[in-house]
Amino acid sequence: MAIASDPRPLVSDAARPDAARSEDYLWTLNFGPQHPATHTTLRLVLKLEGERVVDALPEMGYLHSGFEKIGEHLTFNQYVTVSDRMNYISPMANNVAWHHAVEKLLGIELTPRCKYIRTIIAELARISDHLLCNGAVGLDTGAFTFFLYGFYQREVIYDIFETLCGARFTNSYTRVGGVSQDFTPLVIEKINTFLRTFPKTLDDMERLLTRNRIFVDRTKGVGVLSKAEAINGGASGPVARASGVTRDLRKDEPYLAYEDFDFQICCASSGDCYARYLVRMQEMRESLKILRQALDNLPGGPVNVGIDQRTALPTKKQVYSTIEGTISHFELSMGNRGFEVPCEEVYAATEAPNGELGFYVVGDGGESAYRARCRPPALLHFALFPQLIRGHTLSDVVAVLGSLNIIAAELDR
Amino acid sequence: MPATAPPLDDILQPLQERFGALDTTTFRGQTRLVVPAQMSLEVFGFLRDRGFDLLVDVTCVDYLEYRGAKQRYGMVYLLASTGTNQRLTVRVFVDDPEPTVASVVPLWASANWLEREVWDLFGIRFSGHPDLRRLVMPEEFTAHPLRKDYPMQGRGERHNFPILTREDG
Repeated sequence: MAIASDPRPLVSDAARPDAARSEDYLWTLNFGPQHPATHTTLRLVLKLEGERVVDALPEMGYLHSGFEKIGEHLTFNQYVTVSDRMNYISPMANNVAWHHAVEKLLGIELTPRCKYIRTIIAELARISDHLLCNGAVGLDTGAFTFFLYGFYQREVIYDIFETLCGARFTNSYTRVGGVSQDFTPLVIEKINTFLRTFPKTLDDMERLLTRNRIFVDRTKGVGVLSKAEAINGGASGPVARASGVTRDLRKDEPYLAYEDFDFQICCASSGDCYARYLVRMQEMRESLKILRQALDNLPGGPVNVGIDQRTALPTKKQVYSTIEGTISHFELSMGNRGFEVPCEEVYAATEAPNGELGFYVVGDGGESAYRARCRPPALLHFALFPQLIRGHTLSDVVAVLGSLNIIAAELDR
Repeated sequence: MPATAPPLDDILQPLQERFGALDTTTFRGQTRLVVPAQMSLEVFGFLRDRGFDLLVDVTCVDYLEYRGAKQRYGMVYLLASTGTNQRLTVRVFVDDPEPTVASVVPLWASANWLEREVWDLFGIRFSGHPDLRRLVMPEEFTAHPLRKDYPMQGRGERHNFPILTREDG
């Protein structure tokens, strides 16, 4: 609602001179942890003056499941199944982030084909994440059709992932030194079909919402995050870029194959919910550009690192026809002779759809990480929430929450 | 913006001149700086003024069973610069009992929840933190579960929770 730009002060002190009495006008509203508009399990305690939010106290931890503790007990390959469950609307991006950090610790250089494949799945994950996030913003502000358009395209991406690795939702696709399955011609065909059909849907979606009067009124000027606040508060990803922070790890610290592609970083300067929506919409188009270039130039050759690196399982043919393959397969399957892990620690970050998703991995020479810290972008964004919502109305809570894309499973881990 | 960040020498050299020789190591292109706990806040203030405007993460590692570790807790501060894309990891080591480090919330607002999480899961106190409450575990929880002496399964913390009966509700 457009009352957000209302110039009236929050509490008119002239009418109520003593602070104790002005407190009487405030009422407290518990929002969540089970509420359709929080989308996930998180809780807000709102202090309201009429319909206006005076203060908000975010509470989290309802989905805390000790992922970091589990990371100290599962091996580097097993833990990828847990990473799926962090930001579960783009699990492929988490898979890529986790093994990116592990490979940096182990010092593994991926094959060119694997780099391209991981880039492709990471960008598909970005599109599917942005579709759901923007769809949810639309849904919360009353645009149900828009949400369904987005969700249909997510199904197409799920189909691609299912063809690729057999799982739609929790993919667990990457492995140390490679991926679980190579691209088949059918996967490439499906991605090509998606690349052909999706731009039209994206145009339709933009026509539905970008200049929709109701949507613009509900999101423009709501939840404004300034550039200084974004940097100081540790915002990253589309949230920071919508506030004018030109930071995108794909360009700033190129990893995988991002150096090879021609794409733009999408930024806005107003920092409100509408800017975050626009940045996400535009980023999907840039992802399409990356996907097209990556598919056209997909290198041949092996997808996993060689037998000599002793990290990725050799192919069946190598196991049955070469002695090196047999030995490598045997050693990797045995509990006590896996990877050579240095007693070192490393931080590696990727530009996940939601922001900077990094892992701080400590190795102690053993099979599993000594410490597997996940740096979740949603945690820092959720901490920014009170300052974004102060002074806006209750109905703006869902718009701001949706535009920050808080995923409680990633938030609490 | 340049794709490759400039080397850190321009920052580390004046830092060493001002605060004395600090232990610096590099692994896989990442520079780690070990700072004594008593001067950590001054060093962080210095680093922030030299362009490290983004605090990416604050976390901790419990070195209880780690080979060759001298102190038990190693704080990890991941700093980055949005202007130059440089990154720097700062380590601050503290020990039992009552591990305490200075809070960096006055310098970076992003440290607020990150330090609350470290307090919650590792039990490290942050002096000067404005609101040091548990973040993910329930308030009545007494242990710090990411410490290495805390088992992954098998310790019955459930008896610490208040028991609600039908009559209370």
